[in-house]
Amino acid sequence: MIVEHRLNEIRDITLEMLWKASELAEKHSHNVSAILLGYEVSALAENISDRADTILIFDDERLKNFNAGIYKEIIAGLIQESNPILTLIGNTSWGMEVAPCLAIRTGFPLATDCINITFHDGKCIAQRQMYSGKIFSNVSFAESTGYLLTVRSGVFSKDIIGERKAELVQKDFPLTEVPLKKDFIEFVETAAGDVDISQAELLVSTGRGIGEEENISLVKDLAEALNGVVSCSRPIVDKNWLPKYLQVGTSGKSVSPKVYIAIGISGAFQHMAGVSGAGTIIAINKDPKAPIFRTADYGIVDDLFKIVPILKEKVLETKKG
Amino acid sequence: MDIVVCVKRVPLTEEVDLVIDEQKKGIKKDQLAFVLNDWDNYAIEEAILLKERHGGTVTAITVGSEDDEEVLRRSLAMGADRAIRVEAGDTTRFDSYGIAKILSRVVKDVPFDLIFTGVLADDDYFGMVGMMVAEELQINHANMVTAIEIEDRKVRTTSELEGGLGEVSLIELPALLAIQTGINEPRYVSILGIRKAAKKELKVVDLSELGLSDEELSPKTLIDEVYLPPETEGAQILSGDPEKIASEVIEILTKKGVMA
Repeated sequence: MIVEHRLNEIRDITLEMLWKASELAEKHSHNVSAILLGYEVSALAENISDRADTILIFDDERLKNFNAGIYKEIIAGLIQESNPILTLIGNTSWGMEVAPCLAIRTGFPLATDCINITFHDGKCIAQRQMYSGKIFSNVSFAESTGYLLTVRSGVFSKDIIGERKAELVQKDFPLTEVPLKKDFIEFVETAAGDVDISQAELLVSTGRGIGEEENISLVKDLAEALNGVVSCSRPIVDKNWLPKYLQVGTSGKSVSPKVYIAIGISGAFQHMAGVSGAGTIIAINKDPKAPIFRTADYGIVDDLFKIVPILKEKVLETKKG
Repeated sequence: MDIVVCVKRVPLTEEVDLVIDEQKKGIKKDQLAFVLNDWDNYAIEEAILLKERHGGTVTAITVGSEDDEEVLRRSLAMGADRAIRVEAGDTTRFDSYGIAKILSRVVKDVPFDLIFTGVLADDDYFGMVGMMVAEELQINHANMVTAIEIEDRKVRTTSELEGGLGEVSLIELPALLAIQTGINEPRYVSILGIRKAAKKELKVVDLSELGLSDEELSPKTLIDEVYLPPETEGAQILSGDPEKIASEVIEILTKKGVMA
Protein backbone atom coordinates (compact mmCIF):
# COMPACT_ATOMS: atom_id res chain seq x y z
CA MET A 1 0.00 0.00 0.00
CA ILE A 2 1.10 3.52 -0.73
CA VAL A 3 1.62 5.68 2.36
CA GLU A 4 -0.02 9.07 2.11
CA HIS A 5 1.32 11.89 4.23
CA ARG A 6 1.07 15.65 4.09
CA LEU A 7 2.95 18.41 5.87
CA ASN A 8 4.96 15.84 7.85
CA GLU A 9 2.01 13.85 9.16
CA ILE A 10 0.70 10.41 8.27
CA ARG A 11 -2.82 10.88 6.92
CA ASP A 12 -5.70 8.85 8.38
CA ILE A 13 -6.31 7.11 5.05
CA THR A 14 -2.88 5.47 5.44
CA LEU A 15 -3.87 3.90 8.78
CA GLU A 16 -7.20 2.81 7.33
CA MET A 17 -5.55 1.12 4.34
CA LEU A 18 -3.05 -0.58 6.63
CA TRP A 19 -5.94 -1.93 8.72
CA LYS A 20 -7.63 -3.41 5.65
CA ALA A 21 -4.35 -4.71 4.26
CA SER A 22 -3.55 -6.38 7.59
CA GLU A 23 -7.00 -7.94 7.77
CA LEU A 24 -6.65 -9.43 4.29
CA ALA A 25 -3.04 -10.47 4.93
CA GLU A 26 -4.03 -12.36 8.10
CA LYS A 27 -6.88 -14.13 6.36
CA HIS A 28 -5.00 -15.10 3.21
CA SER A 29 -1.40 -15.41 4.50
CA HIS A 30 0.13 -12.47 2.69
CA ASN A 31 2.59 -9.80 3.77
CA VAL A 32 1.89 -6.11 4.09
CA SER A 33 4.42 -3.78 2.48
CA ALA A 34 4.13 -0.03 2.76
CA ILE A 35 5.77 2.30 0.27
CA LEU A 36 6.80 5.65 1.69
CA LEU A 37 7.96 8.38 -0.66
CA GLY A 38 9.09 11.80 0.51
CA TYR A 39 11.95 13.86 1.89
CA GLU A 40 13.09 13.49 5.50
CA VAL A 41 10.27 11.05 6.14
CA SER A 42 12.11 8.31 8.06
CA ALA A 43 10.44 9.37 11.32
CA LEU A 44 7.07 8.80 9.69
CA ALA A 45 8.06 5.20 8.98
CA GLU A 46 8.58 4.63 12.71
CA ASN A 47 5.00 5.78 13.34
CA ILE A 48 3.58 2.94 11.28
CA SER A 49 6.22 0.27 11.82
CA ASP A 50 3.83 -1.85 13.92
CA ARG A 51 1.33 -1.98 11.08
CA ALA A 52 3.34 -3.48 8.19
CA ASP A 53 5.86 -6.26 7.55
CA THR A 54 8.08 -4.15 5.31
CA ILE A 55 8.36 -0.44 4.72
CA LEU A 56 10.20 0.62 1.59
CA ILE A 57 11.46 4.16 2.11
CA PHE A 58 12.40 6.46 -0.73
CA ASP A 59 13.84 9.48 1.04
CA ASP A 60 15.06 12.01 -1.47
CA GLU A 61 14.89 15.75 -1.95
CA ARG A 62 13.36 15.20 -5.38
CA LEU A 63 10.38 13.61 -3.61
CA LYS A 64 9.82 16.55 -1.29
CA ASN A 65 6.60 17.56 -2.99
CA PHE A 66 4.03 15.21 -4.41
CA ASN A 67 4.61 14.85 -8.12
CA ALA A 68 2.40 12.31 -9.86
CA GLY A 69 4.92 12.06 -12.70
CA ILE A 70 7.72 10.88 -10.40
CA TYR A 71 5.51 8.92 -7.99
CA LYS A 72 3.95 6.83 -10.73
CA GLU A 73 7.37 5.98 -12.23
CA ILE A 74 8.68 4.69 -8.93
CA ILE A 75 5.53 2.82 -7.90
CA ALA A 76 5.10 1.22 -11.34
CA GLY A 77 8.71 0.03 -11.12
CA LEU A 78 8.13 -1.50 -7.68
CA ILE A 79 4.94 -3.23 -8.81
CA GLN A 80 6.72 -4.77 -11.79
CA GLU A 81 9.58 -5.86 -9.54
CA SER A 82 7.62 -7.46 -6.71
CA ASN A 83 4.25 -8.27 -8.34
CA PRO A 84 1.94 -7.67 -5.35
CA ILE A 85 -1.50 -9.29 -5.51
CA LEU A 86 -3.08 -6.07 -4.27
CA THR A 87 -1.94 -2.45 -4.35
CA LEU A 88 -3.96 -0.07 -2.17
CA ILE A 89 -3.96 3.66 -2.81
CA GLY A 90 -6.03 6.34 -1.09
CA ASN A 91 -9.02 7.62 -3.03
CA THR A 92 -7.75 11.13 -2.44
CA SER A 93 -6.82 13.95 -4.80
CA TRP A 94 -3.30 12.56 -5.06
CA GLY A 95 -4.28 8.89 -5.22
CA MET A 96 -6.84 9.57 -7.92
CA GLU A 97 -4.18 11.16 -10.07
CA VAL A 98 -1.67 8.34 -9.70
CA ALA A 99 -3.86 5.20 -9.69
CA PRO A 100 -5.29 5.39 -13.25
CA CYS A 101 -1.80 6.04 -14.63
CA LEU A 102 -0.52 2.96 -12.79
CA ALA A 103 -3.37 0.92 -14.25
CA ILE A 104 -2.23 1.79 -17.77
CA ARG A 105 1.44 1.24 -16.87
CA THR A 106 1.03 -2.15 -15.21
CA GLY A 107 -1.99 -3.45 -17.12
CA PHE A 108 -3.58 -4.32 -13.76
CA PRO A 109 -7.34 -3.81 -13.35
CA LEU A 110 -8.34 -0.85 -11.19
CA ALA A 111 -11.43 -0.08 -9.14
CA THR A 112 -11.68 3.30 -7.45
CA ASP A 113 -13.40 4.54 -4.31
CA CYS A 114 -13.81 1.07 -2.77
CA ILE A 115 -15.72 0.74 0.50
CA ASN A 116 -14.92 -2.92 1.02
CA ILE A 117 -12.51 -5.49 -0.39
CA THR A 118 -12.86 -9.26 -0.11
CA PHE A 119 -11.35 -12.35 -1.73
CA HIS A 120 -13.50 -15.35 -2.68
CA ASP A 121 -11.62 -18.40 -4.03
CA GLY A 122 -8.71 -16.17 -4.94
CA LYS A 123 -10.99 -13.75 -6.77
CA CYS A 124 -10.91 -10.13 -5.67
CA ILE A 125 -14.28 -8.43 -5.13
CA ALA A 126 -14.55 -4.70 -4.45
CA GLN A 127 -17.67 -3.07 -3.09
CA ARG A 128 -18.38 0.47 -4.21
CA GLN A 129 -21.18 2.98 -4.74
CA MET A 130 -22.71 4.53 -7.85
CA TYR A 131 -25.24 7.27 -8.56
CA SER A 132 -24.26 9.41 -5.55
CA GLY A 133 -24.59 6.49 -3.14
CA LYS A 134 -28.11 5.49 -4.22
CA ILE A 135 -26.85 2.21 -5.68
CA PHE A 136 -24.17 -0.19 -4.44
CA SER A 137 -22.17 -2.48 -6.70
CA ASN A 138 -19.83 -5.45 -6.46
CA VAL A 139 -16.99 -5.24 -8.91
CA SER A 140 -14.85 -8.16 -10.04
CA PHE A 141 -11.93 -8.16 -12.43
CA ALA A 142 -10.55 -9.81 -15.52
CA GLU A 143 -7.96 -12.40 -14.55
CA SER A 144 -4.72 -10.76 -13.50
CA THR A 145 -1.72 -11.39 -11.27
CA GLY A 146 -2.45 -8.18 -9.40
CA TYR A 147 -5.13 -5.60 -8.76
CA LEU A 148 -5.13 -1.89 -8.02
CA LEU A 149 -7.73 -0.46 -5.68
CA THR A 150 -8.26 3.02 -4.33
CA VAL A 151 -9.89 3.17 -0.92
CA ARG A 152 -12.47 5.69 0.28
CA SER A 153 -11.43 7.70 3.34
CA GLY A 154 -13.14 7.02 6.64
CA VAL A 155 -14.69 3.61 5.92
CA PHE A 156 -12.08 1.37 7.55
CA SER A 157 -10.80 1.29 11.12
CA LYS A 158 -7.55 2.96 12.15
CA ASP A 159 -6.80 0.14 14.63
CA ILE A 160 -3.87 -2.23 14.48
CA ILE A 161 -4.48 -5.88 13.53
CA GLY A 162 -1.96 -8.55 14.52
CA GLU A 163 1.62 -8.14 15.68
CA ARG A 164 4.00 -6.68 13.18
CA LYS A 165 7.44 -5.16 13.34
CA ALA A 166 8.30 -3.74 10.00
CA GLU A 167 11.66 -4.14 8.41
CA LEU A 168 12.61 -0.63 7.27
CA VAL A 169 14.32 -0.70 3.89
CA GLN A 170 15.98 2.46 2.62
CA LYS A 171 15.83 2.59 -1.16
CA ASP A 172 17.80 4.76 -3.56
CA PHE A 173 16.04 7.17 -5.85
CA PRO A 174 15.62 4.85 -8.81
CA LEU A 175 15.09 7.25 -11.70
CA THR A 176 18.00 8.45 -13.78
CA GLU A 177 15.92 11.08 -15.47
CA VAL A 178 13.34 13.14 -13.61
CA PRO A 179 10.35 14.06 -15.74
CA LEU A 180 10.32 17.65 -14.53
CA LYS A 181 7.37 18.81 -16.54
CA LYS A 182 5.21 19.65 -13.55
CA ASP A 183 6.59 21.91 -10.85
CA PHE A 184 5.05 22.28 -7.42
CA ILE A 185 4.64 25.97 -6.62
CA GLU A 186 2.82 26.19 -3.29
CA PHE A 187 -0.05 25.14 -1.09
CA VAL A 188 -2.85 27.66 -0.81
CA GLU A 189 -5.64 27.92 1.74
CA THR A 190 -8.84 28.03 -0.29
CA ALA A 191 -11.28 28.11 2.60
CA ALA A 192 -10.14 31.01 4.77
CA GLY A 193 -12.88 33.31 6.07
CA ASP A 194 -14.37 35.25 8.98
CA VAL A 195 -16.58 32.47 10.33
CA ASP A 196 -15.19 29.18 11.61
CA ILE A 197 -18.00 26.66 11.21
CA SER A 198 -15.90 23.95 12.86
CA GLN A 199 -16.43 25.75 16.19
CA ALA A 200 -20.24 26.20 15.91
CA GLU A 201 -22.61 24.44 18.32
CA LEU A 202 -25.57 24.67 15.99
CA LEU A 203 -25.26 24.61 12.21
CA VAL A 204 -28.14 25.30 9.86
CA SER A 205 -26.90 23.89 6.59
CA THR A 206 -28.25 23.87 3.07
CA GLY A 207 -27.64 22.15 -0.25
CA ARG A 208 -28.83 21.74 -3.81
CA GLY A 209 -32.47 21.33 -2.71
CA ILE A 210 -32.69 25.04 -1.89
CA GLY A 211 -33.06 25.56 -5.66
CA GLU A 212 -32.43 29.26 -6.14
CA GLU A 213 -29.98 31.76 -4.74
CA GLU A 214 -32.72 33.99 -3.27
CA ASN A 215 -33.99 31.04 -1.19
CA ILE A 216 -30.76 31.02 0.82
CA SER A 217 -32.33 33.77 2.93
CA LEU A 218 -34.84 31.21 4.29
CA VAL A 219 -31.93 29.28 5.77
CA LYS A 220 -30.18 32.43 7.00
CA ASP A 221 -33.38 33.56 8.73
CA LEU A 222 -33.79 30.23 10.49
CA ALA A 223 -30.15 30.25 11.58
CA GLU A 224 -30.55 33.77 12.92
CA ALA A 225 -33.70 32.87 14.84
CA LEU A 226 -31.84 29.94 16.41
CA ASN A 227 -28.60 31.86 17.03
CA GLY A 228 -26.94 29.24 14.86
CA VAL A 229 -24.40 29.48 12.06
CA VAL A 230 -25.13 28.93 8.37
CA SER A 231 -23.18 26.29 6.48
CA CYS A 232 -23.68 24.43 3.22
CA SER A 233 -22.76 21.55 0.95
CA ARG A 234 -20.57 21.72 -2.14
CA PRO A 235 -23.14 22.63 -4.86
CA ILE A 236 -23.94 25.88 -3.04
CA VAL A 237 -20.27 26.93 -3.10
CA ASP A 238 -19.88 25.77 -6.71
CA LYS A 239 -22.71 28.13 -7.63
CA ASN A 240 -21.10 30.93 -5.64
CA TRP A 241 -24.19 31.40 -3.44
CA LEU A 242 -22.18 31.05 -0.22
CA PRO A 243 -18.41 31.36 0.39
CA LYS A 244 -16.08 28.35 0.48
CA TYR A 245 -15.35 28.75 4.19
CA LEU A 246 -18.94 27.77 5.00
CA GLN A 247 -18.64 24.45 3.15
CA VAL A 248 -18.92 21.20 5.11
CA GLY A 249 -17.31 18.06 3.69
CA THR A 250 -14.06 16.46 2.52
CA SER A 251 -13.07 19.41 0.35
CA GLY A 252 -14.43 21.88 2.90
CA LYS A 253 -14.43 21.66 6.70
CA SER A 254 -15.14 18.93 9.20
CA VAL A 255 -17.62 20.10 11.82
CA SER A 256 -18.82 18.83 15.19
CA PRO A 257 -21.85 20.83 16.29
CA LYS A 258 -24.28 19.60 18.97
CA VAL A 259 -26.99 19.75 16.32
CA TYR A 260 -26.68 19.82 12.54
CA ILE A 261 -29.83 20.77 10.62
CA ALA A 262 -29.48 19.69 6.96
CA ILE A 263 -31.94 21.45 4.67
CA GLY A 264 -32.22 20.14 1.12
CA ILE A 265 -28.95 18.20 1.38
CA SER A 266 -29.00 14.76 -0.24
CA GLY A 267 -26.09 13.47 1.83
CA ALA A 268 -23.34 12.46 -0.61
CA PHE A 269 -20.52 10.75 1.30
CA GLN A 270 -18.14 13.67 0.68
CA HIS A 271 -20.56 15.80 2.66
CA MET A 272 -21.36 13.25 5.35
CA ALA A 273 -17.64 12.67 5.98
CA GLY A 274 -17.57 16.26 7.24
CA VAL A 275 -20.42 15.81 9.75
CA SER A 276 -19.36 12.52 11.35
CA GLY A 277 -18.56 14.51 14.50
CA ALA A 278 -22.05 16.04 14.80
CA GLY A 279 -24.06 15.15 17.93
CA THR A 280 -27.50 15.04 16.35
CA ILE A 281 -28.42 15.39 12.67
CA ILE A 282 -31.88 16.57 11.65
CA ALA A 283 -32.50 16.26 7.89
CA ILE A 284 -35.23 17.93 5.84
CA ASN A 285 -35.53 16.56 2.30
CA LYS A 286 -38.49 15.76 0.09
CA ASP A 287 -36.77 12.69 -1.42
CA PRO A 288 -37.41 9.78 1.00
CA LYS A 289 -34.56 7.86 -0.72
CA ALA A 290 -32.01 10.63 -0.12
CA PRO A 291 -28.91 8.97 1.40
CA ILE A 292 -28.91 11.53 4.24
CA PHE A 293 -31.81 9.71 5.92
CA ARG A 294 -29.53 6.71 6.34
CA THR A 295 -27.25 8.57 8.74
CA ALA A 296 -29.44 11.34 10.15
CA ASP A 297 -30.95 10.89 13.62
CA TYR A 298 -34.22 12.61 12.72
CA GLY A 299 -35.73 12.96 9.28
CA ILE A 300 -38.46 15.15 7.85
CA VAL A 301 -39.63 13.94 4.45
CA ASP A 302 -41.34 17.07 3.24
CA ASP A 303 -41.00 20.23 1.19
CA LEU A 304 -38.41 22.44 2.88
CA PHE A 305 -40.24 25.56 1.66
CA LYS A 306 -43.23 24.49 3.75
CA ILE A 307 -41.32 23.41 6.86
CA VAL A 308 -38.53 25.97 7.23
CA PRO A 309 -40.64 29.18 7.47
CA ILE A 310 -43.04 27.60 9.99
CA LEU A 311 -40.11 26.27 12.01
CA LYS A 312 -38.60 29.76 12.10
CA GLU A 313 -41.88 31.31 13.33
CA LYS A 314 -42.26 28.64 16.00
CA VAL A 315 -38.70 29.19 17.17
CA LEU A 316 -39.27 32.95 17.50
CA GLU A 317 -42.54 32.31 19.36
CA THR A 318 -40.91 29.82 21.72
CA LYS A 319 -38.03 32.18 22.45
CA LYS A 320 -40.44 35.04 23.22
CA GLY A 321 -42.38 32.49 25.22
CA MET B 1 -4.89 27.46 -27.51
CA ASP B 2 -6.65 24.38 -28.93
CA ILE B 3 -8.65 22.50 -26.35
CA VAL B 4 -10.38 19.12 -26.52
CA VAL B 5 -13.10 18.43 -23.98
CA CYS B 6 -14.32 14.88 -23.33
CA VAL B 7 -17.97 14.84 -22.29
CA LYS B 8 -20.54 12.25 -21.23
CA ARG B 9 -24.31 12.09 -21.07
CA VAL B 10 -25.56 10.74 -17.75
CA PRO B 11 -28.98 10.02 -16.24
CA LEU B 12 -30.41 12.52 -13.80
CA THR B 13 -30.91 10.52 -10.63
CA GLU B 14 -31.53 13.11 -7.97
CA GLU B 15 -34.95 12.84 -6.33
CA VAL B 16 -35.71 9.81 -8.50
CA ASP B 17 -36.47 6.28 -7.34
CA LEU B 18 -33.87 4.10 -9.04
CA VAL B 19 -34.88 0.61 -10.11
CA ILE B 20 -32.37 -2.21 -10.62
CA ASP B 21 -32.60 -3.90 -14.06
CA GLU B 22 -33.38 -7.61 -14.54
CA GLN B 23 -29.75 -8.61 -15.04
CA LYS B 24 -28.77 -6.73 -11.85
CA LYS B 25 -25.95 -5.08 -13.81
CA GLY B 26 -27.33 -1.57 -13.85
CA ILE B 27 -30.41 0.58 -13.36
CA LYS B 28 -33.48 0.94 -15.54
CA LYS B 29 -32.94 4.05 -17.59
CA ASP B 30 -35.99 4.25 -19.87
CA GLN B 31 -37.89 6.56 -17.51
CA LEU B 32 -34.94 8.81 -16.65
CA ALA B 33 -34.04 12.21 -18.04
CA PHE B 34 -30.47 12.63 -19.28
CA VAL B 35 -28.12 15.58 -18.94
CA LEU B 36 -24.56 16.63 -19.61
CA ASN B 37 -22.45 15.34 -16.72
CA ASP B 38 -22.09 18.20 -14.23
CA TRP B 39 -18.27 18.09 -14.15
CA ASP B 40 -18.14 18.13 -17.96
CA ASN B 41 -20.39 21.20 -18.04
CA TYR B 42 -17.73 23.07 -16.05
CA ALA B 43 -15.00 21.64 -18.31
CA ILE B 44 -16.71 22.92 -21.47
CA GLU B 45 -17.27 26.34 -19.90
CA GLU B 46 -13.61 26.56 -18.84
CA ALA B 47 -12.44 25.67 -22.34
CA ILE B 48 -14.67 28.35 -23.85
CA LEU B 49 -13.49 30.96 -21.34
CA LEU B 50 -9.86 30.20 -22.26
CA LYS B 51 -10.69 30.36 -25.96
CA GLU B 52 -12.33 33.74 -25.45
CA ARG B 53 -9.20 34.98 -23.70
CA HIS B 54 -6.45 33.36 -25.77
CA GLY B 55 -8.07 32.38 -29.08
CA GLY B 56 -7.94 28.88 -30.54
CA THR B 57 -10.56 26.18 -30.85
CA VAL B 58 -12.69 24.00 -28.62
CA THR B 59 -13.62 20.46 -29.72
CA ALA B 60 -16.13 18.41 -27.72
CA ILE B 61 -15.87 14.61 -27.94
CA THR B 62 -18.13 11.85 -26.69
CA VAL B 63 -18.30 8.09 -27.11
CA GLY B 64 -21.88 6.97 -27.54
CA SER B 65 -25.07 6.62 -29.49
CA GLU B 66 -27.04 9.15 -31.49
CA ASP B 67 -28.95 10.05 -28.31
CA ASP B 68 -25.67 11.15 -26.78
CA GLU B 69 -25.29 13.82 -29.47
CA GLU B 70 -27.57 15.89 -27.26
CA VAL B 71 -24.62 16.75 -25.00
CA LEU B 72 -22.45 17.62 -28.00
CA ARG B 73 -25.09 20.00 -29.34
CA ARG B 74 -25.31 21.58 -25.94
CA SER B 75 -21.52 21.98 -25.91
CA LEU B 76 -21.64 23.57 -29.38
CA ALA B 77 -24.38 25.93 -28.21
CA MET B 78 -22.20 26.97 -25.28
CA GLY B 79 -19.44 27.93 -27.72
CA ALA B 80 -17.48 24.86 -28.77
CA ASP B 81 -16.38 25.04 -32.41
CA ARG B 82 -16.87 21.44 -33.40
CA ALA B 83 -17.85 18.08 -32.00
CA ILE B 84 -16.95 14.45 -32.56
CA ARG B 85 -19.02 11.43 -31.61
CA VAL B 86 -17.47 8.00 -31.67
CA GLU B 87 -20.11 5.50 -32.73
CA ALA B 88 -19.28 2.42 -30.72
CA GLY B 89 -22.58 0.57 -30.36
CA ASP B 90 -23.52 -0.41 -26.83
CA THR B 91 -21.00 1.49 -24.68
CA THR B 92 -21.92 -0.39 -21.51
CA ARG B 93 -19.62 -3.18 -22.76
CA PHE B 94 -16.61 -0.91 -22.20
CA ASP B 95 -14.98 -0.08 -18.91
CA SER B 96 -12.89 3.03 -18.24
CA TYR B 97 -9.85 1.40 -19.91
CA GLY B 98 -11.79 0.90 -23.14
CA ILE B 99 -13.21 4.43 -23.14
CA ALA B 100 -9.74 5.84 -22.41
CA LYS B 101 -8.25 3.85 -25.31
CA ILE B 102 -10.95 5.13 -27.65
CA LEU B 103 -10.57 8.75 -26.56
CA SER B 104 -6.80 8.74 -26.74
CA ARG B 105 -6.99 7.31 -30.26
CA VAL B 106 -9.56 9.87 -31.47
CA VAL B 107 -7.62 12.90 -30.24
CA LYS B 108 -4.58 11.86 -32.28
CA ASP B 109 -6.24 13.43 -35.31
CA VAL B 110 -7.27 16.59 -33.46
CA PRO B 111 -4.79 19.38 -32.74
CA PHE B 112 -4.70 20.17 -29.02
CA ASP B 113 -2.68 21.95 -26.37
CA LEU B 114 -5.01 20.95 -23.58
CA ILE B 115 -7.46 18.11 -23.00
CA PHE B 116 -10.15 18.57 -20.36
CA THR B 117 -12.27 15.89 -18.76
CA GLY B 118 -14.55 16.13 -15.75
CA VAL B 119 -13.09 14.75 -12.50
CA LEU B 120 -15.74 12.04 -12.57
CA ALA B 121 -19.10 11.14 -14.03
CA ASP B 122 -22.27 11.25 -12.01
CA ASP B 123 -23.18 7.65 -12.90
CA ASP B 124 -20.46 5.09 -12.13
CA TYR B 125 -18.27 7.45 -10.09
CA PHE B 126 -15.06 5.72 -11.20
CA GLY B 127 -13.24 8.96 -12.04
CA MET B 128 -10.38 7.33 -13.92
CA VAL B 129 -10.82 7.98 -17.64
CA GLY B 130 -9.05 11.37 -17.61
CA MET B 131 -5.76 10.26 -16.10
CA MET B 132 -5.82 7.07 -18.19
CA VAL B 133 -6.04 9.16 -21.36
CA ALA B 134 -3.10 11.28 -20.15
CA GLU B 135 -1.05 8.14 -19.52
CA GLU B 136 -1.98 6.63 -22.89
CA LEU B 137 -0.87 9.84 -24.61
CA GLN B 138 2.18 10.28 -22.35
CA ILE B 139 1.33 13.89 -21.58
CA ASN B 140 1.36 15.89 -18.35
CA HIS B 141 -1.68 15.94 -16.11
CA ALA B 142 -3.37 17.44 -13.08
CA ASN B 143 -6.49 16.28 -11.25
CA MET B 144 -9.33 18.15 -9.49
CA VAL B 145 -8.41 21.44 -11.11
CA THR B 146 -10.15 24.51 -9.67
CA ALA B 147 -8.17 27.30 -11.38
CA ILE B 148 -6.25 27.63 -14.65
CA GLU B 149 -3.98 30.35 -16.00
CA ILE B 150 -2.11 30.08 -19.27
CA GLU B 151 1.50 31.28 -19.10
CA ASP B 152 3.23 31.04 -22.46
CA ARG B 153 3.68 27.29 -23.14
CA LYS B 154 2.82 26.40 -19.61
CA VAL B 155 -0.34 26.25 -17.54
CA ARG B 156 -0.61 27.24 -13.89
CA THR B 157 -3.19 25.06 -12.16
CA THR B 158 -4.69 24.83 -8.70
CA SER B 159 -5.68 21.30 -7.69
CA GLU B 160 -8.14 20.79 -4.88
CA LEU B 161 -6.81 18.72 -2.00
CA GLU B 162 -8.78 17.69 1.06
CA GLY B 163 -9.70 20.04 3.91
CA GLY B 164 -9.75 23.33 2.01
CA LEU B 165 -6.16 23.08 0.79
CA GLY B 166 -5.14 23.81 -2.81
CA GLU B 167 -1.95 22.79 -4.60
CA VAL B 168 -0.56 25.16 -7.22
CA SER B 169 1.57 23.67 -10.01
CA LEU B 170 3.18 24.88 -13.22
CA ILE B 171 2.79 22.34 -16.02
CA GLU B 172 4.25 22.18 -19.52
CA LEU B 173 1.81 21.84 -22.41
CA PRO B 174 0.36 19.69 -23.83
CA ALA B 175 -1.48 18.51 -20.75
CA LEU B 176 -4.67 16.85 -19.60
CA LEU B 177 -6.57 18.52 -16.78
CA ALA B 178 -9.49 16.91 -14.94
CA ILE B 179 -11.84 19.76 -14.08
CA GLN B 180 -13.57 20.07 -10.71
CA THR B 181 -17.02 21.60 -10.24
CA GLY B 182 -17.12 25.23 -9.11
CA ILE B 183 -14.15 26.35 -11.28
CA ASN B 184 -16.48 28.78 -13.11
CA GLU B 185 -20.16 29.55 -13.60
CA PRO B 186 -21.33 27.61 -16.68
CA ARG B 187 -23.40 29.75 -19.03
CA TYR B 188 -27.05 29.20 -19.66
CA VAL B 189 -28.01 27.48 -22.89
CA SER B 190 -31.35 28.23 -24.56
CA ILE B 191 -33.30 25.93 -26.85
CA LEU B 192 -32.82 28.54 -29.55
CA GLY B 193 -29.08 28.48 -28.96
CA ILE B 194 -29.03 24.71 -29.38
CA ARG B 195 -31.02 25.04 -32.61
CA LYS B 196 -28.59 27.64 -33.96
CA ALA B 197 -25.63 25.43 -33.10
CA ALA B 198 -27.02 22.73 -35.40
CA LYS B 199 -25.06 24.42 -38.20
CA LYS B 200 -21.75 23.64 -36.51
CA GLU B 201 -19.73 20.60 -37.44
CA LEU B 202 -20.61 17.34 -35.69
CA LYS B 203 -18.49 14.53 -37.03
CA VAL B 204 -19.27 10.86 -36.43
CA VAL B 205 -16.31 8.50 -36.30
CA ASP B 206 -16.95 4.77 -36.31
CA LEU B 207 -15.08 2.71 -33.74
CA SER B 208 -13.84 0.42 -36.53
CA GLU B 209 -11.90 3.36 -38.05
CA LEU B 210 -9.74 3.67 -34.94
CA GLY B 211 -7.90 0.40 -35.38
CA LEU B 212 -8.33 -0.83 -31.83
CA SER B 213 -8.30 -4.58 -31.30
CA ASP B 214 -10.96 -6.46 -29.33
CA GLU B 215 -8.31 -7.29 -26.79
CA GLU B 216 -7.46 -3.62 -26.24
CA LEU B 217 -11.13 -2.87 -25.66
CA SER B 218 -12.03 -5.84 -23.48
CA PRO B 219 -13.01 -4.72 -19.98
CA LYS B 220 -10.83 -5.42 -16.96
CA THR B 221 -13.19 -4.03 -14.34
CA LEU B 222 -16.52 -5.85 -14.37
CA ILE B 223 -19.69 -4.93 -12.56
CA ASP B 224 -20.89 -8.25 -11.11
CA GLU B 225 -24.01 -7.05 -9.43
CA VAL B 226 -25.69 -3.81 -8.43
CA TYR B 227 -28.11 -3.55 -5.53
CA LEU B 228 -29.93 -1.04 -3.38
CA PRO B 229 -28.05 0.12 -0.29
CA PRO B 230 -28.28 -2.34 2.60
CA GLU B 231 -30.97 -1.36 5.10
CA THR B 232 -29.76 0.66 8.05
CA GLU B 233 -31.67 1.73 11.08
CA GLY B 234 -31.94 5.15 9.47
CA ALA B 235 -33.45 8.35 10.75
CA GLN B 236 -36.46 8.54 13.03
CA ILE B 237 -38.99 10.17 10.72
CA LEU B 238 -41.00 13.09 12.12
CA SER B 239 -44.37 13.21 10.42
CA GLY B 240 -47.62 15.12 10.65
CA ASP B 241 -48.51 18.65 9.69
CA PRO B 242 -45.73 21.27 9.54
CA GLU B 243 -46.84 22.82 12.87
CA LYS B 244 -46.50 19.52 14.68
CA ILE B 245 -43.16 18.77 13.01
CA ALA B 246 -41.85 22.23 13.97
CA SER B 247 -42.84 21.67 17.62
CA GLU B 248 -41.05 18.31 17.65
CA VAL B 249 -37.89 19.85 16.16
CA ILE B 250 -37.93 22.57 18.83
CA GLU B 251 -38.29 19.88 21.48
CA ILE B 252 -35.21 18.11 20.11
CA LEU B 253 -33.24 21.37 19.93
CA THR B 254 -34.19 22.18 23.53
CA LYS B 255 -33.18 18.72 24.72
CA LYS B 256 -29.82 19.03 22.98
CA GLY B 257 -29.22 22.41 24.60
CA VAL B 258 -29.09 24.64 21.55
CA MET B 259 -32.33 26.61 22.04
CA ALA B 260 -30.78 29.16 24.39
